[in-house]
Amino acid sequence: MTHTADTGTVDPAGPAGEPLLQVRDLTKTFPIRSGGRTRRLRALGGISFDLRRGETLGLVGESGCGKSTLARTLLMLERPDSGTVRFDGVDPFTLRGARLLQWRRRVQMVFQDPFASLNARMTAGDIVSEPWRTHKDLFRSAKERSARVRQLLGLVGLRAGDENRYPQEFSGGQRQRIGIARALALDPDVIVCDEPVSALDLSVQAQVLNLLNDLQRQLGVSYLFISHDLSVVRHVADRVMVMYLGGIVEQGGTEAVFGRALHPYSAALMSAAPSLDSDGRSEQIILKGELPSPLSPLSGCRFRTRCWKATDECAAASPELTPDPDDDGHTAACFHPMGEGAEPVPAGRGAR
Amino acid sequence: MTGTVLEVDGLSVDIRTPHGTVRAVDKVSFSARRGRTLALLGESGCGKSMTAQAIVSLLDPTAEVAGGRVVLDGTDLVAADEQTRRAMAGPELAIVFQDALTALNPVYTVGTQLAEPFRIHRGLSRKQARREAVDLMARVGIPEPETRVDTYPHQFSGGMRQRLLIAIAVALSPSVLLADEPTTALDVTVQAQIMHLLRELRTERDMSVVLITHDLALVAEQADEVVVMYAGNVVESGPVREVFDRPRHPYTKGLLDSVPVHAARGDDLKSIGGAPPDLHSIPSGCVYQDRCPLARDLCRTCRPEPAEVAPGRTAACHFSAEVK
Amino acid sequence: MSTLSDKAADGRPATGSDAPAGGAEPSAPARDSRVGLWRMLLRDRVATAAAAVLSLIVLTAVFGPLLVGSAATEQHLDNTNQPPFTFDDGWLGVLGTDPLGQSVLARLVVAARTTFSVAAPAVALALAIGALIGMWAGYHRGLRETLAMRVADIIMSFPSLLMAVVVLYVFSPSVANLVVVLAITRIPVYLRTARAESTELQSRLFVDAARTFGTSSSAIIRRHVFPIVLPTLLTLATLEFCYVMLAESSLSFLGIGIQPPDVSWGLMVSQGRSYLQTAWWLTFFPGLAIIVTTVSATVLAAWARLATDPAQRWRLTLPRRARHRTRTAPAPQEAQS
Repeated sequence: MTHTADTGTVDPAGPAGEPLLQVRDLTKTFPIRSGGRTRRLRALGGISFDLRRGETLGLVGESGCGKSTLARTLLMLERPDSGTVRFDGVDPFTLRGARLLQWRRRVQMVFQDPFASLNARMTAGDIVSEPWRTHKDLFRSAKERSARVRQLLGLVGLRAGDENRYPQEFSGGQRQRIGIARALALDPDVIVCDEPVSALDLSVQAQVLNLLNDLQRQLGVSYLFISHDLSVVRHVADRVMVMYLGGIVEQGGTEAVFGRALHPYSAALMSAAPSLDSDGRSEQIILKGELPSPLSPLSGCRFRTRCWKATDECAAASPELTPDPDDDGHTAACFHPMGEGAEPVPAGRGAR
Repeated sequence: MTGTVLEVDGLSVDIRTPHGTVRAVDKVSFSARRGRTLALLGESGCGKSMTAQAIVSLLDPTAEVAGGRVVLDGTDLVAADEQTRRAMAGPELAIVFQDALTALNPVYTVGTQLAEPFRIHRGLSRKQARREAVDLMARVGIPEPETRVDTYPHQFSGGMRQRLLIAIAVALSPSVLLADEPTTALDVTVQAQIMHLLRELRTERDMSVVLITHDLALVAEQADEVVVMYAGNVVESGPVREVFDRPRHPYTKGLLDSVPVHAARGDDLKSIGGAPPDLHSIPSGCVYQDRCPLARDLCRTCRPEPAEVAPGRTAACHFSAEVK
Repeated sequence: MSTLSDKAADGRPATGSDAPAGGAEPSAPARDSRVGLWRMLLRDRVATAAAAVLSLIVLTAVFGPLLVGSAATEQHLDNTNQPPFTFDDGWLGVLGTDPLGQSVLARLVVAARTTFSVAAPAVALALAIGALIGMWAGYHRGLRETLAMRVADIIMSFPSLLMAVVVLYVFSPSVANLVVVLAITRIPVYLRTARAESTELQSRLFVDAARTFGTSSSAIIRRHVFPIVLPTLLTLATLEFCYVMLAESSLSFLGIGIQPPDVSWGLMVSQGRSYLQTAWWLTFFPGLAIIVTTVSATVLAAWARLATDPAQRWRLTLPRRARHRTRTAPAPQEAQS
């Protein structure tokens, strides 16, 4: 990829059928020392998914489900215990030196907190150009470099004069634009967006979502879009994965998953999220109990302790992601998916 | 209006800053009724939390009430002395904060903290108060209250801590419960649990709930009436259904349009350009003029007062009839 | 509550729009955040005074001994213990004389050079080594951190003066050895501070961001950790400067520090101690020199700490009294939505 103005449209799909990023059976545990003994906290328990060129893959789940650990692992900020990551056919964890740096350019990240993710002692221009201090070969002269900084700032909707200002002189939304410009500095193919708008006010959130959308259209980047806000994910994502307690419980096309959730957890999550047009909706499913501790993994299905459909089968074996009979691309890890037979109404519901 | 327990009338709050005094809340008025939920809706910095803090007299030392009345069951809290206010905090007025971890004292057991209102206001003995605390914990849905009453706040999850805060707030069955972003730090499934609990308690104790939030969808689902704030001013108020179905202020309209709607997936959202004004430089005319698509000369010179646009509805806009 | 504190932070009216380019006001004229440090210093009178005093002391230490010549060591046994502010014996007697009739002023000037040549390198050496190891240990955590901290603990747990005494008895008490010994005993102070800040910084998001570019650890430490840790360490160093001067005087007092006829401020204090009742000026003036130097350095360090932090710099535009107040009570908080 060139580093000049890359504003022409890029092939949206790339070589058909071949995913850009392939993740298989990724696991990650963290040692937790408590009371003299070390236990292992299972953050990721066998994650597999594909990310295609130019698409936006949404990842939803509640705090503690492992979505941030997944993002950090994909960026090689964490090393997985087992499993493979293939990016364009290459496992980045086997790379060293110059080839690793080469790989780094292709995957970048936008962070959640636009305050903490920018060093307050650097100007916007320094922040955006920081990646090039490591990737020195990208530009021959300082002149080229500063021209590109101004171009990037313009691309994310900031003014050229902003490059000499410090992060605290910007509003939250503008700061996030700086973070996005920094992620674009290396011309990545994939940007992992970890809750990119959750720290922003609604009116500003819309501006940033629009910006991400525009950039995808212009540059053809793929997004792995992590958020706890279902309406945001539903708006931006082409496909969606739902995570619970370190595992993917459901994945499929956005409309398929949101329109007809198969996994009881996805159904509960979606019904719990408040929505503006709440008039005609069915009754809210209010989950009982709390997230089980990830320190002591459950046997069988990870959701069974809170599931109103759980049976003995769910404790005995752990369900694999199986495709929906009507829709091949829509899979759920459940023995008793939603929508078959009479629905027992879960206890506790919100009535208006 | 019947059943009005809390009436806020022209409440203003000033903040002292290094660069002079600024008005953070400007003549805010609304009234809350028994058994109903009123939502104060606005983005960060709009003054909604400061309004709540002014109502419960918990303002930061740098901020002070600059005018207006807060009438609770016939008593003006702004004019009342410290003692009267303290006597009313708990039995009449209670608040639930966003951050449940910092709102609870980490060195006391939750039982001690739950028993406190009973001991202060009802003069119960330690033993009686503890029994009340256990009942209360059971009521807000904390499992095994008998054993957990002697544990410390950090041993509870975020959702459970929020339940504890609610328990403390409703301990003395207040007439008005202010909930300041009670679920912002929580996951949606937990949020659903907490909001469910709040509704039950509201009905059961015939309380008035004032919900302070930035979440439009939460307001749509939980509130009966809504007061929309922008830059310290009330820009629109009225029944939630009517306001959200047919907003009469361009800011409310802009907010509603910014909510991602799945029907238009992948399309650009209609966003409001710009950012809210800094409190130091709130324009002299309409507070929303810089971002408003309808703004014209009148808006630059004259600030619109909230005016009735329909029965029970007000909007502070010169051209509210043009908001489509 | 971002808007208010933002604007409080840069102390200027709202810059307004978050909107993509169009409709935005032209960059405000006073946007140049890199106002010369020099101009900023001159605006703060107390800091300017501190800088002036400090420069004067440094100039004295460098050029003073040339001026006073051999006056510091000339004994006038007929003119001992003269009180200060008498001009009978010319300007050299203005601060009085000692029991050997030597000019206190001349001795102070000469001692300034000795003092600085011991304290400055000792502080600088300890700072450099402690900061490097501390940042490295804190950034990498794990075994490296444990190792560095244990070594620091060992140095700390050993009474530093005792160690100095042992070392200086074994080796000869030269200025170089004195510097090395003082430096080693003070390394843990910087090491611990640097490690603590570095540990916290390495978990920050902007450090994570730098990692995602493939930036090496040493580059991250240089770019993101060092500039943030440095002001704290410099403040610490000014306090340490005082400590090192006093430690040097204790060693000199024990006879293993500066050897007479060389003289340092600390040595002057300890030599004059036995005459406190009769000749207060023998200890007072060198003591004053130590205090003035330390206070000036501390004031300047506090100023530099604010001046080099873009987020704090605006405070320097406030009247001095208001600074602390606004630091403890920042712009009123409203719940972050």
